[in-house]
Amino acid sequence: MIHWLQQPWPWYVAGPLIGLSVPLLLVMGNKRLGISSSLRHICAACIPGKIPFLQYNWKQQRWNLYFVLGILIGGFLAGYVFANPHPVAVSQHTQAMLQQWHIQEGAGLLPEQWFNWHQLLSWQGLMLTVVGGFLVGFGTRYAGGCTSGHGIFGLSSLQWPSLVATASFFLGGIISAHWILPLLFK
Amino acid sequence: MTEETLTHTPLTTQQEIKKTGRAIPDWVFVFPGIYFGWVLTKGEAISWYRITEMFYFQGFHMYGIFMTAIPTGALGIWLIRKLRIKALNGEPIEIPKKRFHKGYIIGGLIFGLGWALTGACPGPLYAQIGTGFTVVIVTLLSAIFGTRVYARWKDKLPH
Repeated sequence: MIHWLQQPWPWYVAGPLIGLSVPLLLVMGNKRLGISSSLRHICAACIPGKIPFLQYNWKQQRWNLYFVLGILIGGFLAGYVFANPHPVAVSQHTQAMLQQWHIQEGAGLLPEQWFNWHQLLSWQGLMLTVVGGFLVGFGTRYAGGCTSGHGIFGLSSLQWPSLVATASFFLGGIISAHWILPLLFK
Repeated sequence: MTEETLTHTPLTTQQEIKKTGRAIPDWVFVFPGIYFGWVLTKGEAISWYRITEMFYFQGFHMYGIFMTAIPTGALGIWLIRKLRIKALNGEPIEIPKKRFHKGYIIGGLIFGLGWALTGACPGPLYAQIGTGFTVVIVTLLSAIFGTRVYARWKDKLPH
């Protein structure tokens, strides 16, 4: 039983179950899947200043904050309590590349040698967390959504602007992975 | 929406309740959240390694996830429309149109740069923290700060 719970899921199991959250939220309460909005609600609740973009009744969107709290709990259950004890089975090409970058793949879902409090103040650690996080928060709000709101929900509802947004996400990611990541690990 | 208003006839309060159903309290949405976080994590969609593999086109895993998640969501929406399924609170289900602006491209590129660094879009950030990578709290705070900076300069940015 424990082993069964610890196993990672193949894409053809995880993918449809991720997609299922779209109708689930719609039926549960007419809610549209979207997660980057939670960042905006947190700003509106805690640090709104006098900014019009943050002056709205965030309490009406409280479900979204409960939803992301749930994601954290889900991550705790699936990735800590019932964590897969083996490294992520990435392809051989990726494994070879990680070796070139001197990244040891442990059991976690992220490279432990870089994502920890001691590395936080190295310039690489700053790039992977502080700078990366800033770009994620700034970029998603500017783009009006993230991988869930545009990539999953927007594309599921066949909206072309979301396709443009998703293509831009990927282009940005490809640029960053090919031109910035190697600089960090060389 | 229109159907609802067109067929609307005076109802007694009791019928009204029957017809509109009851809204689910906000906190209940922690459960679909747990479901979503579990599935993202077990599917390794929150893994920095998987995201790197994806951006180098070295594996099919993440593409497989997107290519099955989107049709599943689309099928769900199609069924909702076809069968005119309502939300549990009685509301007709609405899907607002996204209105395109240049920010979808500029902001999208900026987000993409960050996605490859952190190995996470906003949803996975929360899940990564849950799996025990507590330093990602800093990433999340920085993302909140990034959102705040966007809000501050929104009017000066091209849209």
